[in-house]
Amino acid sequence: MEKKIGVYICSGCDIGTCLDSGKLIDVATTENNIPIVRTSPAFCLEDAQMIKDDIEREGVDTVVIAACSPRVNTDVFGFKGTFVERVNIREQVVWSHPANHPETQSMAEDYLRMGIVRAQKATPPTPFTEANERTVLIVGGGAAGLAAAIDSAGTGFDVVLVEKSAKLGGYAARLHMQFPKRSPYDGLEPVDIHSKIHEVESLSNVRVFTEAEVAGISGQPGHFEVTIRHGGAEERMAVGAIVMATGWTEADPAIFSSYGLGSYPNVVTSITLEEMASRGEIVRPSDGQPVRSAAFVLCDGPGDDSHFAYGGNVSSLVALKQAMYIRERLPDSIVYILYKDMQTPGQYEYFYKRVQKDEGVLFSQGEIRSVAEGPEHKVLLEVDNTLMGGAIRMEVDILVLSAGMVPATLDPEASGSLNLQFLQGKDLPTTKFGFADSHFICFPYETRRTGIYSAGAVRQAMDLAASAQDGTAAALKAIQCIEKSSAGVAVHPRVGDLSYPSFFMQRCTSCGRCSQECPFGALEVDDNQHPSLDPNRCRRCGICMGACPVQIISFDDYSVDMISSMIKAVEIPEDDEEKPRILVFACENDAYPALDMAGISRLNYPASVRVIPVRCLGSVNSILIADAMSRGFDGVALMGCKPGEDYQCHFIRGSELLENRMENIKETLDRLALEAERVKVMEVEISDSDKIPGMLEEFVETVREVGLNPFKGF
Amino acid sequence: METVPSVYRTILVVGGGIAGITAALEAAEAGYEVFLVEKEPYLGGRVAQLNKYFPKLCPPYCGLEINFQRMKKNPQIRFATLAEVESISGGPGNFDVTIKQHPRYINDRCTACNACVPVCPVDRPNAFNFGMDTTKAVYLPHEMAFPMKYVIDDSVCTLTECAKCVEACEYDAIDLNMVSKTFDLKVGAIIMATGWMPYDATRIDNLGFGRYSDVITNVMMERLAAPNGPTKGKIVRPSDGKPVNSVAFIQCAGQRDETHLGYCSGICCLASLKQATYVRERNPDSHVSIFYIDLRTPGTYKFFSKKILSDPNISTLKGKVARIIEDPTTKELIVEAEDILLAEILRVKVDLVVLATGMVSSAEEKKTAADLQYDKDHFLLTEQPAPGIFAAGCARGPVDVATAVQDATAAALKSMRTIQTAARR
Repeated sequence: MEKKIGVYICSGCDIGTCLDSGKLIDVATTENNIPIVRTSPAFCLEDAQMIKDDIEREGVDTVVIAACSPRVNTDVFGFKGTFVERVNIREQVVWSHPANHPETQSMAEDYLRMGIVRAQKATPPTPFTEANERTVLIVGGGAAGLAAAIDSAGTGFDVVLVEKSAKLGGYAARLHMQFPKRSPYDGLEPVDIHSKIHEVESLSNVRVFTEAEVAGISGQPGHFEVTIRHGGAEERMAVGAIVMATGWTEADPAIFSSYGLGSYPNVVTSITLEEMASRGEIVRPSDGQPVRSAAFVLCDGPGDDSHFAYGGNVSSLVALKQAMYIRERLPDSIVYILYKDMQTPGQYEYFYKRVQKDEGVLFSQGEIRSVAEGPEHKVLLEVDNTLMGGAIRMEVDILVLSAGMVPATLDPEASGSLNLQFLQGKDLPTTKFGFADSHFICFPYETRRTGIYSAGAVRQAMDLAASAQDGTAAALKAIQCIEKSSAGVAVHPRVGDLSYPSFFMQRCTSCGRCSQECPFGALEVDDNQHPSLDPNRCRRCGICMGACPVQIISFDDYSVDMISSMIKAVEIPEDDEEKPRILVFACENDAYPALDMAGISRLNYPASVRVIPVRCLGSVNSILIADAMSRGFDGVALMGCKPGEDYQCHFIRGSELLENRMENIKETLDRLALEAERVKVMEVEISDSDKIPGMLEEFVETVREVGLNPFKGF
Repeated sequence: METVPSVYRTILVVGGGIAGITAALEAAEAGYEVFLVEKEPYLGGRVAQLNKYFPKLCPPYCGLEINFQRMKKNPQIRFATLAEVESISGGPGNFDVTIKQHPRYINDRCTACNACVPVCPVDRPNAFNFGMDTTKAVYLPHEMAFPMKYVIDDSVCTLTECAKCVEACEYDAIDLNMVSKTFDLKVGAIIMATGWMPYDATRIDNLGFGRYSDVITNVMMERLAAPNGPTKGKIVRPSDGKPVNSVAFIQCAGQRDETHLGYCSGICCLASLKQATYVRERNPDSHVSIFYIDLRTPGTYKFFSKKILSDPNISTLKGKVARIIEDPTTKELIVEAEDILLAEILRVKVDLVVLATGMVSSAEEKKTAADLQYDKDHFLLTEQPAPGIFAAGCARGPVDVATAVQDATAAALKSMRTIQTAARR
């Protein structure tokens, strides 16, 4: 059906005083034959009704509003069932460029042209609503998994809980007591994991599998097909979302061999000590005699921290707790705690103070120089740089080394793999330390597989209370995912997006690039060697669209054709030194808001730029650079986040992929006999608005030096 | 016949900082109605005043932007700024809440065009920058303020006696006759996310804050370093504007100390490490000294610390600082401390001292209701200080942003469960 477009040109906020509105109207009417074109001094106020009236009475179904940034007035300019295209002529034109200047005018007119073209080409997306399972799969039955199960079930969802060992409870069930989790942080508390286990076992909407593992997961959020192997049989079921709470394993004891673990009987880990406490007696392993003196080591020797890499935030508290175990049993015992820094942050400080008050516990900073065995298997320590006066030697009955909490993801074979039947592999990609975490403090629980959330010590080393909180929180994310997926609505980060990619498969060359470059493993490959998408796995970034060498991938409201047409809609002045044209692809997550901020701060930047917002720099197909060059743009800038270890990309790899593709882009430029300097990647953080004018001015200068694009006017 | 009380599917979130915003969004996106109440004229709380987050040294506005976009698109979230909770009564599933909203004097017609500011005759200390610069009485809280609306500080504005801004405004957005209003809400569950305030450093006598203007706090340092701060991101001495070549960070300032705060705020060591990079990147010849007792870098933050401390121009000294004085001739600051490892007294001269002061609970006992339980530090005692009422973020105890977000997500689910459970009864 033919679209009926209405174009609404606002003159408020200085737009009317800085631009020639008449010429803008001409762009809509004369150039583009738009049937309905209106102006107002403020469309965000009473005149919003004008737009509503046109939708109701004039049959307008596509609205182009040339006014403020799409980042503001979202509610005012949201009209149900209508496609709305916002053309930013406030923050990014009149607030950041000189008034009544021909170049500012050109900028506004070009943006309106581009907006109209986009509105003409875009279609409102139809959501995928066929995935409706309301069950949460929880992998792991420790503190985090149990909390996730209780809270998912308590919010009205069915739960399947899979635990690899024979019992629920995880490590919590092996604890004797826990260090205090609430004010006044004065004494040890019992661990109440058994009431949680009991609660889970009694919930009618929770199915528990013990001595079980996940044999396979396929499908998508809203409908994952899961195979569970237990008791020699396999059972298949469908779930809506997954919480991975597989916890931690003890770091390989071999790392402590230089401390005597494994060779000296009285050198143990904190896990062994806990087991002793649970059994009711803390004795020397060598002869069963009571422990009269103990040393807890929380740190490494000088310049070395390889032994204690994991779990440092929990080990200090565990040592304090276990010191209390010993002191309570044997009032004339002495305990040494050797640390580099006591990690008892926040109100845990009170617990530290409590133990410090006990005269039988001596604390010192120190670096372990050596551990040896003396007569009767006593442990001899040489410690440097202590607070007790330089280097000291001590002799103790037992040496306790803090066990490392290694996330289960570092050993999926032992700890239970999710066995994802995904093209990109069976395990979740992890962060650089091996945790199943998101790399964004603002968005925890996300993993690189949509619909799978992580919780507890597999996500970060954490204590019992934090693990339980984590389970609850991850359950919420799983529930949200189920609700959204059933409506075909995207989850983080493009929450609310209904679009997803479609493929013009007739032209697919089966290169496989899209399925390999998707950061989320959303694409499988079918029997015809073509990509096959599970829509709810998709995060709608468009990286696949950017990867495809034959441009067969598109979204209803975001496509190569659309952007290419926007590029062609720009009027390129003939060979004119004063009027270069620079295309800027700006990531909508950071660069675009930064450009807005430059406008809000009334900073000026060159009017020769034409900004096209993109979902991710990774979604920019190289052909668009060629299109820009053939159109006559003198330079193309790609403005977005920095790649690397501390990446900011909400889609993980966008700017990294762009960097990789720059080689091809340089080849394209070579073929066109154009200089490499014409294309530049600019790293911009959202707070970099003050740097933008300088960056753009410098680029325009570079392009001027290289010379105007010889393809202009062709 | 006894009527069964209705169960309201709305969750009240008290506090619009990172914990409050997160709780509101997570609950709304799971299908619940949310009403968020914030006492400042903008959302974002303390994180909006940060320059960067540890450990990635990334801008807080990245996370806030995506959250504000989610809020803008979600009709299930409503919020009120300049608002506080007056009273709470009732119980899980059915709370009656009274909210008082202070007048903004600016209505929804404000387009943020800035025409009012140049004509305003009154200056005020800029609270957003901890008083380090000024704004007019009518002002935009900061460039990325959400909601993007101006506000008038009525503690300094003469309102209708002046009214110059009203004349300048083309949109009839200024209403100097606005008054406080009170309104009632019925909600099913409540999340307290009232956050924290910086400890008053003037109370730490021996460290010179308030006496020497070149002794600042960690929160002030964030503003100095921020591109939208009082010096546009230049770290200079507040006294004379001269560049800073040497900085001392004093950890545990007014904390882990019976005379001030007994607890540790958990984030200040990481914050100082982060801020050390601000100094170093602006001035490659600069030197940073961190005076600490325990360098608290839990978990994988240990690797963040290691990376920063590999810079030879950053030194750490384990020792308690006895006092800070000023050299009367050079105007340098002198940090006198006992180096615990070397067992000697040190005197270190620096251009700038940053006190790593602590976080104090913002929860105000008198304003809230229903027997909320607090601990002796005025943090809410547990996750659920009263039935159907949950605590998230720093309202519960000093935590970092990551933990506040996690907490808030869990609190959202617990609120949803409360409502579900009440509905089933």
